[in-house]
Amino acid sequence: MWQALRNELHPKGFELVTVGLDSQGEAGCRAFIEAAKPEQRSLIDRHHVLAELFGVINIPSSIWIDENGMIVRPAEAAPAPPQAASGMARSLPAELPQRFKEIMAEAAKIRKDPEGYHAALRDWVEKGAASRFALKPDEVVERSRPRDDSKALGHAHFQLAAQLEIDGHHEAAIPHFREAHRLVPDSWTFRRQAWSLEKVGDGPLARFWQGPGPDAPGAWPYEGDWLSDVRAIGAENYSEPWRP
Amino acid sequence: MLLRSLRVSKGELEAGTGWQLKPEGACQGEVCIPMPGSAGDPVDVEAVAKAIGMPLVAAPEHGLWALGPASIGSRALASAQAPDLRLPGLDGKEFRLSSLRGQKVLLYAWAPY
Repeated sequence: MWQALRNELHPKGFELVTVGLDSQGEAGCRAFIEAAKPEQRSLIDRHHVLAELFGVINIPSSIWIDENGMIVRPAEAAPAPPQAASGMARSLPAELPQRFKEIMAEAAKIRKDPEGYHAALRDWVEKGAASRFALKPDEVVERSRPRDDSKALGHAHFQLAAQLEIDGHHEAAIPHFREAHRLVPDSWTFRRQAWSLEKVGDGPLARFWQGPGPDAPGAWPYEGDWLSDVRAIGAENYSEPWRP
Repeated sequence: MLLRSLRVSKGELEAGTGWQLKPEGACQGEVCIPMPGSAGDPVDVEAVAKAIGMPLVAAPEHGLWALGPASIGSRALASAQAPDLRLPGLDGKEFRLSSLRGQKVLLYAWAPY
């Protein structure tokens, strides 16, 4: 769906670069990338460099960059093109575990504005700097995520945790993941990444469980999990509303 | 940025943090922080971290350090100029964002979880 959009807009000087954020790197991303058969660049970000360099806090997110390498829209939620928005829900099997039915129900409440976002994207591709959706440099910086010393420290803990995990030191990684979650409470990617490493079973849903498994709920090493945390804030607050 | 040594090359520092060491100091876009002795290569990570205000967390038993980002201006972005992202694809080849100058680029973050 993104690829069809990319191919349509490519002749107008538009390019899409997709980046998979996963401490498991190629091993985690390969099956998804191969299934998508991307024609655009498809990159792998094992260390969540996008969080550090661009302030990405959730997926899917986008950053718009103009012909001169200037960011014109900082990281923000990037909904799928409108015509494809409900495709995934329809293709899910009926035999989902109860937890996934509940996750899907919460996910359906997440606020999205694919029409507004994609109309803006097309306007920018057409008009460039003259588009009202291309923000001025000061506004780009101002709209990027707030970051203070404690959040910066949380990023360092996250990176350390991810590498410890990659190196096979899972138990050593957990306290650093926890510290990252405490210090960077607005990052869903930091939480989702850690939760995804506590696989439940080994089927295709293992990394999407994102919370305690039914057989050993007491073994869950984190305070939060996707379903509990989303319910606590309200699914409608999961993404910030899209702002023109 | 992840480190296995507290000395890295200027190029590695720039790829990992977005900060470029120039004669006038450590720079990100038009923002420059004066740094005495910044001409050294390899770079003394502890000195640069202190000058820019980047947190350093250590797991010495595993020979690992992580350098967190600066929080200049209290925002994730210090400048609207895009850092030169360098990441590999499935083939392991490094791709540089700056190779797409002249095109409008949408950088799209996703995850397999």
